[in-house]
Amino acid sequence: MPESSFEGISNIYVYSAMPSSRQYSQSTIPLHPFRHYSGTAEFCTEENTSECMMYISQELLALGLSSIFFDLNGIRELDVIPALNSMYGLLQLHRRAVGMVAELEVEQLRVSSDLHCQQLSSSKLKDQLELSKKENVRLCERERQLEANIKALHNCLKNEKEEVQKLQNVIASRATQYNHNLKKKEREFSKLKERLNQLLTDKKDQKHGMDVLNYVGRSDGKRSQWKTGKADARHESEMYKALLNEFDKHQRELMTENAELKKVLQQIKQEMVGILSPKKPSGGTLKEEKRTDFTDQQITSDEEENSCMEGMSCDHAREQLSNSIRLQWRKLKHHVENLDNKVICFPASLVQLGQENSEEMISKEVHQEEMERLKVEIQQCKDFINTQQQLLQLSTPWDEETAAVLTDCYMLEEKERLKEEWRTFEEQKTNFEMERRTFTEAAIRLGHERKMFEEDRATWLKHQFLNMTFTDQVNIKTQNALTEYAVQEQKHISSPKTPL
Amino acid sequence: MNFSEVFKLSNQLCKISPDGKYLANCVQYRLVVRDVNTLQILQLYTCLDQVAHMEWSSDSLFILCAMYKRGLVQVWSLEQPDWHCKIDEGSIGLVSSRWSPDGRHILNTTEFHLRITVWSLCNKSVSYIKYPKACQKGMDFSADGRYVALAERRDCKDHISVFVCDDWHLLRHFEAETQDLAGVEWSPNGCVLAAWDSCLEYKMLLYSLDGRLLSTYSAYEWSLGIKSVAWSPSSQFLAIGSYDEKVRILNHITWKKLVEFEHQATITNSKAVVFKEVEKRPVVPTEDLSIHQIAMGSSLFDTRSKYEIPPLPVQVPVVKPDPDRANPKIGISAVAFSADNRYLATKNDCMPQCVWVWDMRTMGPAAVLEQTAPVRCFAWEPRRARLAFCTGNTKLYLWSPAGCLSVEVAVEGGFQVQSLFWHCSGDSLVLLGKDQLCLCYMATKEEK
Repeated sequence: MPESSFEGISNIYVYSAMPSSRQYSQSTIPLHPFRHYSGTAEFCTEENTSECMMYISQELLALGLSSIFFDLNGIRELDVIPALNSMYGLLQLHRRAVGMVAELEVEQLRVSSDLHCQQLSSSKLKDQLELSKKENVRLCERERQLEANIKALHNCLKNEKEEVQKLQNVIASRATQYNHNLKKKEREFSKLKERLNQLLTDKKDQKHGMDVLNYVGRSDGKRSQWKTGKADARHESEMYKALLNEFDKHQRELMTENAELKKVLQQIKQEMVGILSPKKPSGGTLKEEKRTDFTDQQITSDEEENSCMEGMSCDHAREQLSNSIRLQWRKLKHHVENLDNKVICFPASLVQLGQENSEEMISKEVHQEEMERLKVEIQQCKDFINTQQQLLQLSTPWDEETAAVLTDCYMLEEKERLKEEWRTFEEQKTNFEMERRTFTEAAIRLGHERKMFEEDRATWLKHQFLNMTFTDQVNIKTQNALTEYAVQEQKHISSPKTPL
Repeated sequence: MNFSEVFKLSNQLCKISPDGKYLANCVQYRLVVRDVNTLQILQLYTCLDQVAHMEWSSDSLFILCAMYKRGLVQVWSLEQPDWHCKIDEGSIGLVSSRWSPDGRHILNTTEFHLRITVWSLCNKSVSYIKYPKACQKGMDFSADGRYVALAERRDCKDHISVFVCDDWHLLRHFEAETQDLAGVEWSPNGCVLAAWDSCLEYKMLLYSLDGRLLSTYSAYEWSLGIKSVAWSPSSQFLAIGSYDEKVRILNHITWKKLVEFEHQATITNSKAVVFKEVEKRPVVPTEDLSIHQIAMGSSLFDTRSKYEIPPLPVQVPVVKPDPDRANPKIGISAVAFSADNRYLATKNDCMPQCVWVWDMRTMGPAAVLEQTAPVRCFAWEPRRARLAFCTGNTKLYLWSPAGCLSVEVAVEGGFQVQSLFWHCSGDSLVLLGKDQLCLCYMATKEEK
């Protein structure tokens, strides 16, 4: 193809590939778009008509139209009728394509609007879902609360039922008790009625009285006195005296108990004060202040208490004493807590603080180390002493006396121990002997009883078999067998038994 | 521990004289008086009928024998065997008879509790007390013998009368605030009178000697109430055992509950030592093993028993009572203080095989003794803290803070110990069987 026409074709392609939807949305399809077909002038010129014709026919063939422009004789001439038909076909195609495009556009609009609708509805549904989920959770919560309520009410009901049951049991037991008492009373009443009847019908009235040989004197030897008003007054006064004595005794006991308790409290307070006030002067200013605090308080309270302590207990002194004790106790508690904290948390710092505090507060670790060391020393000393003893024993010259003395004094303990053991052993032996004796006696008695029993049994068996009706031979045979057996048994029993 | 020989006994009537020198026991219609140490018969008296009740007078000179069926009371003198005294109540009948504390008056309660007749042995005077109440413990003498408190029932109300025993003068008469008064008891110091209601209502009233109401105590309502009451020897405590299986201790200063002792079925308190009696069957000698062994019973070898200390927690056997019966077998039926005030022994009816010992200093259980059979009777020694008890078998059991001991009553023919009581010196025990009696002399050294 000539280059110019090729360029022209590419231009056409370029132009025809442009989206022309805007253009084709118009109802009329201009057959002569001035812009586009401006290329026709460039496409086909006078020089390249045949090439254009060839090209167009090829294109038409590709589209499926009858595209024969020219004769088959090789002379390319334009055939008007097929050309017009092709043009018509092209126009139809074009129209159809435009229609399809329009349809597609409508379709696309519809779809996009549908999509938009769907999106809206989906977002709406999502919101609804959220709402209903929340609602669900709320309802679940409510259900749970109601169930808990139900459980609690069930429990209440159970408790109430149990109480009712208990009360019913109580009522039942009371009812049985009442019935029992009632029956007793009824029985007594009926007995009374019987006795009354008997007395009414019975003519003989047995006189009741006392028949005594002679009257005895009173146990305290005094004579009995007349009953007069004085006697009554005396009784009253004696009774009141007894009561008053009891009250006095009681009050005295309580007073002594009170005094003792007060003394004890005082002692405790003083001891607490003593503990809290340090012995070393280098204890630090804080402690000194505390001590003066205590002593001040102590002085003032003591004075007051001493003034009131004798005899009566005045409320003021009591309160003072108990308050001061509480105060001391609190301080002591604080002090002990502080000590504990210091010891646990700051052992190093204590060591650093130097000699001032090291004497007062020995840290736990140092203390333990000391203890360990001392224990080891003690052990070493003990070992040393033992070895010394042994060496002494071995090394001293062995004359009889010293040897005897030495052995005695080292063996004395063991001898004593042995003696003890012998003693217990002897005791046990005698106990065993006694037990053995009782056992033998019991066994002998048992043997006797058994012998008696067996004899009885043998005679009984004999009698039984003798009384039964059998043939003579059988009788004799069985008799023989039995007597043999019985004799054997007796022999067996009468043989002496060995004691346990 | 030595056991004396066995003597015959009827009606479980055996008493030691208050001075501790004589032992009197009844056999059918005879009264036998022996010397406590030699057990030789000193006197023998014959009564007119079978004796129902026998009692020594307080000065140990006279013995009272009451025959309820015949309505007769005969009094015998130890110094003068020829002296006789017979009191005939006649047609009015006799239900109970007792001495007054001075040993010269006899109080007879007629049938149906119509009246109490006070007969004097010193003069011809006779006194009558009307409207006595028939209840668990309607009459109590104070410890010094000066006063007697009597429960009365007039116009459907309970009253309490206090008489002076000297001349039976009515000292005080007041109405008791109870529904149905069940009993009265003086405190050991004689200044406070405890009065309690029947089991239908839990109510304990405390009156002073001059009739003033000191305090009322009620632990709970409606359920069955008080079953047993005991004063401590120092009058410091009042122990109340009730049907709810608890013992409540009141103190004498405020008359409020000091502590409550609960008898639990499972014991977990480590301070309480549980002693469990374990019986050992005798071992059969292996040499004579033959068919004849089956015939051998265990009559020759008695079952030995010893005490074991099981590890805590311990389950105690409980017997459930019949709920439909009156006076159910549940609750604390027996309460007793030891002589030194330190211990309290109790028995719970639904654990009939156990005796509980409580320590009053620590206010907690000191020991629980579990036996193989229901405990029938327990008694504290009059001087020391030692408890003797029996379960109806042939053994005697002793508890002391040092430990527990079971002793076989070594008499011929077996002796079932039904009840027991101590001699006033604490050196010997009197064991009563069904129709036998036996003395047990304690060794001087305590055995463990």
